[in-house]
Amino acid sequence: MKSKLNLDPGAIDSARSCASRIAHSMQEFIEKHTTVSTERTVLRLLGVDGVNDVDTPLPNVVIDQIKDAGGLPRGAAYWMGNAMIQTGLEPQEIAEKISAGELKITELPAASEKEAEEKVMPYVYEALKKIDAQREKREHYLETIGEGKRPYLYVIVATGNIYEDVVQAKAAVRQGADIIAVIRTTAQSLLDYVPYGPTTEGFGGTYATQENFRIMRKALDEAGEEVGKYIRLCNYSSGMCMAEIAAMGALERLDVMLNDALYGILFRDINMQRTLVDQYFSRVIIGYCGTIFNSGEDNYLTTDDAYEAAHTVLASQFINEQFAVLANIPEEQMGLGHAFEMDPDIENGFLYELAQAIMAREIFPNAPLKYMPPTKFMTGNIFKGHIQDAMFNMVAIWSGQSLQLLGMPTEAIHTPHMHDRYLSIENASYIFNNARDLGSEVEFKEGGIIQQRAQKVLKEADELLHEIERDGLFSTLEQGRFGGVKRPRDGGKGLEGVCLKDEKYFNPFIPIMLGGVK
Amino acid sequence: MADKTAVAQVDLTKVKPYGDTLNDGMTQVSFTLPVPYGEEGSEAAKILARKMGLDEPNVVYSKDQGGGYTFFIVYGKCQHTVDYTSIKVTKVEVEVMDRLECAEYIKENIKRNVVIVGASTGTDAHTVGIDAIMNMKGFHGHFGLERFEGIDAYNYGSQVPNEVLIQKAKETKADAILVSQTVTQKDIHITNLTNMVELLEAEGMRDKVILCCGGPRISHELAQELGYDAGFGPHTYAEHVASFVLDEIVARGWA
Repeated sequence: MKSKLNLDPGAIDSARSCASRIAHSMQEFIEKHTTVSTERTVLRLLGVDGVNDVDTPLPNVVIDQIKDAGGLPRGAAYWMGNAMIQTGLEPQEIAEKISAGELKITELPAASEKEAEEKVMPYVYEALKKIDAQREKREHYLETIGEGKRPYLYVIVATGNIYEDVVQAKAAVRQGADIIAVIRTTAQSLLDYVPYGPTTEGFGGTYATQENFRIMRKALDEAGEEVGKYIRLCNYSSGMCMAEIAAMGALERLDVMLNDALYGILFRDINMQRTLVDQYFSRVIIGYCGTIFNSGEDNYLTTDDAYEAAHTVLASQFINEQFAVLANIPEEQMGLGHAFEMDPDIENGFLYELAQAIMAREIFPNAPLKYMPPTKFMTGNIFKGHIQDAMFNMVAIWSGQSLQLLGMPTEAIHTPHMHDRYLSIENASYIFNNARDLGSEVEFKEGGIIQQRAQKVLKEADELLHEIERDGLFSTLEQGRFGGVKRPRDGGKGLEGVCLKDEKYFNPFIPIMLGGVK
Repeated sequence: MADKTAVAQVDLTKVKPYGDTLNDGMTQVSFTLPVPYGEEGSEAAKILARKMGLDEPNVVYSKDQGGGYTFFIVYGKCQHTVDYTSIKVTKVEVEVMDRLECAEYIKENIKRNVVIVGASTGTDAHTVGIDAIMNMKGFHGHFGLERFEGIDAYNYGSQVPNEVLIQKAKETKADAILVSQTVTQKDIHITNLTNMVELLEAEGMRDKVILCCGGPRISHELAQELGYDAGFGPHTYAEHVASFVLDEIVARGWA
C-alpha cells in the first residue's frame, strides 16, 4: 500500500533492522540467565499452586528453598523432575512437603538432567493441553458469536473488589465494550509473589490472582453470550512476576496482557536484568497462548513531552516488536502502544497526533495497535475532557487503530463510575460509526504539516535506535533516554533474584512453546 | 407587570446558583440509580433531586445502563443559599515569586543553595504531580524546580516508601520535603501522609525540615490538619512551592 505520509521505506527498514540487532544482542544476555519468578512460572505450569499457612504461595516456598541452597542456576524443572524420581510424588505433593518442612529438594540423590527432563515432560504436555483448550475455546467463540468491530472499545474496571468488578464489567459489556481490563491494585507490580484466591480489597484496582482471572473470565463469557459477541479480558503481565502472570493468563484465557520489555525498568524501578529475562519467558507464553500483548510506550509521553519525545515511542515500538519476534509472537498479537497526550494548547496539535497515529499504522500494518487516551492534560473539567476524548477518537478511526482504550471525562478525578464508562462508549461509538471510512477517503498534501511531522519522527527514531545500538540498551536506559527516566544497571528492585544458568539448566516449556502448537 | 428596573444586585449573604437570571438557582446534576429504566425510575430521580434541594426538578435525559441501572441528567432550581461574606479559607500566604525572582531572592537572602527532595510516596505509582513541580520541564509552560538557579532539586519518583524519602532528605541535608499523592481511593493518601509526619517526629526531624504535600485532592487546610507546613492543590506550579519554601527558610532563620 502506498504511504499516505510519503514515509521512506529505507528509513523504516533501517530502524527495524537496527532494533533487531539491539534485541539480538540483549537476547544473548537473556539466554544465559534465569530469575526466581521465571522459575516459579515453571513450577506453576507443572501444577504447583496454593499457599502455606502464612499466605506465601507454594511456588515461592519451593523456589526460596532452591535459591537458599544455591540451586537456582540449575532451574526448577530439574529439581522438580529429580524430586519426582526420588520420591514418586506429584509436583504439588512435593511442594506441600517442602512447605511442611519435610523435604529438602536439593538434598535428594541426583538423577541426570536427561532423566529429570523425561520425568517432567508429561506434566509439561498436560499444561500445554490446558492452554491449547483455552485457545481453542477463544477461537470457537470468535467463529460462533463473533466480535466487535475495530477499534475495539476497551474500558477498565478498578473497584478493588473482584465481585464489584464483575458488576461493573457486565454493565460495560451491555453498554458496548469489547475489552475489559481489570486494573491492578497499586504496588502489586512490586510484589515478588502473586497473591492467591479471590480478593475484595485493593487500592485503585484489584489484585491479579488466578482465581480473580477465573471469576472475571466466567462473567465475561456470560455477558458475551448475552450480547452476542466475544468479550476480551485484559490484565497485567508486568512487574516482578510478569512470567507467572502470563502463565496464569494463558491457563485462564486472558486475551490481552500488558507486557513491555522496558516499562518495569523505567516506571516501576525494577532492575533491568531481571525484567529483560522475565519478559522473555512471559512473551514466549503470550505468543503460544494467542494473547495480544500491549506494550507501554504511552507512558513515555506522560513523563516526557508528547511532542518532543514522539520518536522515543516509535524507537521503543521497534524494540518491543523485535523482542516479540524473538519470542515467536506473530504480528497479529503485537499490541504496540502509543498515545494521544499532546498539550491541547499546541497549535495544530491534532494534525501532529494524526500524523503519528497514521505513521504507527503504516509502519506496523498488521499489529493490533493499542491507542491510549489523553490523561496528562485532563483537568477535572469533564466537559472539555469529553471533547479531548472525542478528538482522540477521531484520530483513532481516521488512522485505523485496533485497541482503543477509551478516555474518561472524569480522568484525573476518580476511577470510572458506571455512567462515565457509558458516556465514553457513546462518544467513541458515535465517532467511529459516523466517520468509519474517513481514513480511506482522505489523502494528505505532499510535503504538508502532516507528512513532514511523520517523516521527522521516523528519522529521529532511526537515529535514536542507531545510538542505542552503539551504546547498548543497558547504557541507554542508564542515560535516561526513554521517558526521561534514568535507571542504573544494578539498581532497582529484584536484582537478587537473577542468576546465571549452569550447564545443566533446562526450561522444558520454552523450546516447545517456540515451536508453536504441537 | 414584569419588573423593568435594571439587573438585580447580588446579595452576598444569600448566594445561590445562577443560570440566566439572578437567583434562579439553576443547577444540573447527573447520577446513576440502581433501578430499571422507565417512568418509575425517572420519578425516583425527581424525588431524589427535590431532597437535594432542587425545586421543579426536570429529568432531561435518562438512559438504560443495563443490569437494572439507569443514568439521569436532571435540572432543578436550588433552594439553598450561602452566606459568602462569612467564608474564611486557609491558604498558603506567600507572595509568589517567579523563577528568576526566586534565584535573586536566594542570592540576596539565603546565600547558599537550597535543597528540596520530593517523591510520590507509599503505593502511589503516579508521578504526574511531582514531575510537574520538580522536573526541568515542569508543566504547562511553568518550569520545574530543577531549572531554578540556587535550588538543588531531587525527584525520587514513584512508590517511594516514606522511610526512604526521609533517608534521602538526611543524606542531602534537605531544607524541604515534598510529598505527592495522586491516587487517593478510599483515603489511602491520608494514612500515608500521616505516617510521614509520625516518622519524621520519631526521627526528631519534623522541625528541621519544611514539609509540604501536594496533589489533586490536597488543600492547604487538610495539609495543616495532618501536620504539614503547606499543602498545594490543583493549579499550583513550581514557583508557588519555591516561594513558600524560600520564605519559610528566611522566616525560620535557616538562611
